[in-house]
Amino acid sequence: MAKKIIENKYQESTETKIDTEKRDFLFLTTGGLAIAGGALTAWSLINTMNPAKDVLALSSTEVDLTPIDEGQSLTVMWRGKPVFIKHRTQIEIQEAREVDIDSLKHKDLDESRVKNPSWLVVLGVCTHLGCVPLGQKVGDAKGDFGGWFCPCHGSHYDTSGRIRKGPAPLNLEVPPYEFVSEEIIKIG
Amino acid sequence: MQVKSNNYTGVKKWVDERLPVFSFVEDNLTNYPTPKNLSYFWNFGSLAGITLVIMIVTGILLAMQYTANSDLAFDSVERIMRDVNNGWLLRYLHMNGAHMFFIVVYIHIFRGLYYGSYKSPREILWMLGVTILLLMMATAFMGYVLPWGQMSFWGATVITNLFSAFPIIGESIVTFLWGGFSVDNPTLSRFFVLHYLLPFAIVGVVVLHIVALHMHGSNNPLGIDVKSDGDTIPFHPYYTVKDYYGLGVFLIFYLGLVFFAPNFLGHPDNYIPADPLVTPAHIVPEWYFLPFYAILRAVPDKLMGVLLMFSAVAVLFILPWLDTHKVRSSQFRPYYKQFFWLFFVNCFVLGWVGAMPAEGIYVTISRIATAYYFIFFLVIMPLLSKFEKGRVLPSSIASSVLSDKFESAPDQSFAK
Ligand code: HEM
Ligand code: FES
Repeated sequence: MAKKIIENKYQESTETKIDTEKRDFLFLTTGGLAIAGGALTAWSLINTMNPAKDVLALSSTEVDLTPIDEGQSLTVMWRGKPVFIKHRTQIEIQEAREVDIDSLKHKDLDESRVKNPSWLVVLGVCTHLGCVPLGQKVGDAKGDFGGWFCPCHGSHYDTSGRIRKGPAPLNLEVPPYEFVSEEIIKIG
Repeated sequence: MQVKSNNYTGVKKWVDERLPVFSFVEDNLTNYPTPKNLSYFWNFGSLAGITLVIMIVTGILLAMQYTANSDLAFDSVERIMRDVNNGWLLRYLHMNGAHMFFIVVYIHIFRGLYYGSYKSPREILWMLGVTILLLMMATAFMGYVLPWGQMSFWGATVITNLFSAFPIIGESIVTFLWGGFSVDNPTLSRFFVLHYLLPFAIVGVVVLHIVALHMHGSNNPLGIDVKSDGDTIPFHPYYTVKDYYGLGVFLIFYLGLVFFAPNFLGHPDNYIPADPLVTPAHIVPEWYFLPFYAILRAVPDKLMGVLLMFSAVAVLFILPWLDTHKVRSSQFRPYYKQFFWLFFVNCFVLGWVGAMPAEGIYVTISRIATAYYFIFFLVIMPLLSKFEKGRVLPSSIASSVLSDKFESAPDQSFAK
């Protein structure tokens, strides 16, 4: 019986003595710290899925151009993607430069897409949904504009790799590259 | 089943009538009545659960970078350490997480042994716990093989060879386990698949463990049943806060290891790529297997050693029927308490001799310790159940808690 009374007193005394301001402060600071810590932890874990150092280290490729005759093309791998290197003929260059720029879907001059007019270097990845367009091999369909044709959904690219017809919105991308010497380029 | 949705209104009511998410959380987490006298030893269950989640999260992220092929595995782990963003962190969290997992679970088990948590009505709860321990051992063993270092390889060879002790079929079992005539690529791939799978089996058994727990609620340091509402407090906020605090302390230890001594509990030989032609001079399992390893080596007979080692875990399954004393908590069993502490120390002795070379004095010590391990369970427990007279139990949890707090101090002092 005596115990019972003490117990009631215990409950009363805690109920009347609750310092709500202190409670809120503790709750908010603890909660805030937990969220900040959780977010940082989550990020360091998720970040492991981003490209690792060895993947980033593969980011440049050198290519010797000497074996590619005029009119021929070569496909090389760069960062796991195909890069089209096209040794253009005079006619192909002319075609690329005579186009009325206003008639293009993605307006870009051929002059700004090449470093040396004989050599066109573009990513072989269709800007629609990522297929590899045809046109690198002799006998491939090259599309209505003599460049590349993407079989997936019918995009036509010209001899400057620009989109001319079909669903793709953009020209084939020009990767960063430079001429290390007359005959060697470094992509990336 | 009684529909409790009347407690809610609006969308909550609608949802809860169809899928009892809110009442489930209320019944099992927030309002869940918990004995008011639980000590910090009751933190280790939630810590084990959190560790399991940490192991699964870090494990899945590791598996995205790891290659389970005997030619590539070692290098893929080194690549995780050097090239993957925070890969070192990921691996050290997983590696030390395994150590922490066993520390936490062993404390959790000793807690149960001390306070008689395996006794009626919690026998199945206890047996599910022992099942989790077995699955954890299998998972950790196979995980340790994955980095394909020298210890991985020779650990796998020795442990799988245990099965060759069985007469007649022994050899074929081992060949079957290996998927070949030695530990090799087929062994590695299946170990990886099982190492990925078993933790999810553990999650399943943990769910059953908790369902069984919530049938009768937690045991408590006094080992007496909850008799009225005055004996309990709601889980939230009291024990959520206490578990949260415990988590903080746990993280200090765990992250202390990860950041300051990540290889302290590991073995340096595992940074040498596996070589099937050279066995390391001194091969030892991870610390958490050492007591069992000591029991294995204490017996001069191959088959007996293996059987005794397996029995060391198996005996835990029948514990509720070996110790049938009505009093749960050691606090009220003066004799059991002493044998318990001796058993506790004995486990460390076993662990220590397990790490020593199997020769000379160590063999003698390991035999004495092995004998006590089994005598404790098979002889002392049944005898004490019969002859030990327990102390008088308190009439209720509340009365005991309050007499501690108030009979020694004047009433007003509490009101500050
Ligand atoms: C019960 C939970 C688990 C335990 C006790 C455990 C234990 C271990 C251990 C002891 C290692 C060796 C660490 C080393 O020395 O490097 C390891 C490695 C590994 N574990 Fe787990 N693990 C668990 C869950 C998981 C899960 C769920 C996955 C995958 C989904 C996983 C994936 C891996 C991988 C890929 C490795 C090799 C990489 C490494 O060695 O660091 N683990 N595990
Ligand atoms: S991906 Fe090339 S046209 Fe759709």
